[in-house]
Amino acid sequence: MSRWLQTLEISPRLVGMLVALAVIWTGFHVASGGAFLTPRNLWNLSVQTASIAVMACGMVLIIVTRNIDLSVGSMLGFIGMIIGVVQAQYLPAIWGLEHPATWVVAVGVAIAAGAALGAFQGSIIAYLGVPSFIVTLGGLLIWRGMAWWVTQGQTIAPMDSRFRPIGGGIDGAIGANLSWLLGIGACAIILALAFLTRKRREAFGFHLRPLWAEALVAAMLCGVVLGAVLVANSYPLPAGVARRIVEAGGGTWPQGGIFIAHGLAIPVLIAIAVGVSVTVLATRMRFGRYVFAIGGNPEAAELSGVNTRRTLMLVYALMGALVGIAACISTARLNAATNAAGTLDELYVIAAAVIGGTSLAGGVGTILGAMLGALIMQSLQSGMVLLGVDTPLQNIVVGLVLVVAVWLDTIYNKRVK
Amino acid sequence: MSEAPLVDMRGISIAFGGIKAVDNVDVDLHEGEVVALLGHNGAGKSTLIKILSGAYRPDSGEILIRGQKVDIATPRDAKRYGIETIYQTLALADNVDAAANIFLGRERVSRLGMLDDAAMEAETRKVMGRLNPHFRRFKEPVRALSGGQRQSVAIARAIYFDARILIMDEPTAALGPAETKQVGDLVKELKKQGIGIFLISHDIHDVFDLADRVAVMKNGQLVGTAHVGDVTEDEVLGMIILGKCPPGARPGPGALRG
Repeated sequence: MSRWLQTLEISPRLVGMLVALAVIWTGFHVASGGAFLTPRNLWNLSVQTASIAVMACGMVLIIVTRNIDLSVGSMLGFIGMIIGVVQAQYLPAIWGLEHPATWVVAVGVAIAAGAALGAFQGSIIAYLGVPSFIVTLGGLLIWRGMAWWVTQGQTIAPMDSRFRPIGGGIDGAIGANLSWLLGIGACAIILALAFLTRKRREAFGFHLRPLWAEALVAAMLCGVVLGAVLVANSYPLPAGVARRIVEAGGGTWPQGGIFIAHGLAIPVLIAIAVGVSVTVLATRMRFGRYVFAIGGNPEAAELSGVNTRRTLMLVYALMGALVGIAACISTARLNAATNAAGTLDELYVIAAAVIGGTSLAGGVGTILGAMLGALIMQSLQSGMVLLGVDTPLQNIVVGLVLVVAVWLDTIYNKRVK
Repeated sequence: MSEAPLVDMRGISIAFGGIKAVDNVDVDLHEGEVVALLGHNGAGKSTLIKILSGAYRPDSGEILIRGQKVDIATPRDAKRYGIETIYQTLALADNVDAAANIFLGRERVSRLGMLDDAAMEAETRKVMGRLNPHFRRFKEPVRALSGGQRQSVAIARAIYFDARILIMDEPTAALGPAETKQVGDLVKELKKQGIGIFLISHDIHDVFDLADRVAVMKNGQLVGTAHVGDVTEDEVLGMIILGKCPPGARPGPGALRG
């Protein structure tokens, strides 16, 4: 089995996570009497995972540099309040309600504010040498306090109608045809990249994995993509919404209704885009190489001429920008900005990264792992909600799973050595 | 020796918390020359060399490269002047592979700014093929390599980028006899190419055969410098241990008086 994986060049840890996910999913499916593995539940699960998954991408890089960020949940709350005020109070006062550019400004403000807050914390850590645990612990309190301060604790609602699709919901999916188009496009890119990478390795005369292995990996990836599209396209819009769409198109609503699919959710597409971008940044660009080198040996990176302080500051700025994106997703999903948004998110984000194989000792971690970690955490929670488990018990289970997952990882690492 | 030396460090001093780690030291290095920098642990050798490689900034003194006064503020500056360093600790990032370490800070990128890993791996195979023909583990993190293999990676990183000035800090401290001989052969080969080399060691036997000159430090000060033909190993040992400068050597500020 392990030789087989070696030939395929798939990490055993990834397989372990997929197996865990499969066990969790089938377990809940059986326990809930067939309610878990439905298009509706899986679609909702993917939307609920998006915000944590986006932030987990940044957290991986932070933990890889041997640091931590405890402030992301509070920062999400603060940024959520800022963009709530921007789109529900400031911009309507200037442009009027429902201006077409409102959502663009809101998203831009969220990302810029996040990057600025992150860069501020990162500068204190990198240039003043204050431990990241302390700086971001301070941030956890400060940003949460500021979130309250923006409106003296008042909740702001509703959000702009063009902003709301970012959070999913009925308007937040791209429909069946576009979903298929995206899925097929993604498959084409997967195949093209596999082909080009192989050609390049061949040109240098490096070791190649057997053709069947190459084909199998590419086929599995395409299978996952198309499977996800199929599931999203099997989840129909509610009859009332479908009827409105049909009638708005000048048609008549037939007896018994018709099937209009949701398609892929916009927040999920955002999370995937972030995951792909950060993976490219982490593994294919100088910046990522420096991040990992700093995690492996900070002194060596410094002596090699890497600007370690600047790199560290930028990692925090990136984390902040991702918090900005996550703030858009969760604010849009809730259709309101509350000062409690994102409470405890820092722990879920860190847990997702760690379950995904990111080592707290630094130097090791993958974006894909962290996103799968986020999916596993959310699956546990959604599953327990489906089974009607009380919230305190949910927390106990998630806590136990985190500890057990890291314990298993420790055993695995010892055996590899 | 009419032409300007490759490296000329003059009056270098640096203090840490009131303790003078390096105190008014002058050393120079010419093309194709091997200068052994000797002294006990804590004599200030490594600190002096870290000033040349950009890891520390001196409190006073100046550095001239080929007669030009230069300001070396960071390791990146040092590399720009062709100064490469192999540290005693090897200074490798253990979690990434040989190619990533060799090119760390100087990665090959494509026009789109993407790392060209295939090209870097190909270059790594070439340079490692010269240094250590048995090396095969190109894809593994250097953590998994043996001491000698790690040393090869550190050396490859230093020589790949056309070093003019090479600093080797205790290069053979962790190596077996065969690997030590390999490093010796490499030093001779690089010397032939006109590279100036500082060899740092606390053990005179490691370096006496390889060096053209020795410079001995004690308590942060220079005891003296000497051509290896003008002094015996025992006399150099006396310089290291007692700070006593023999007749064949040029005394420095740290020489025992009287």
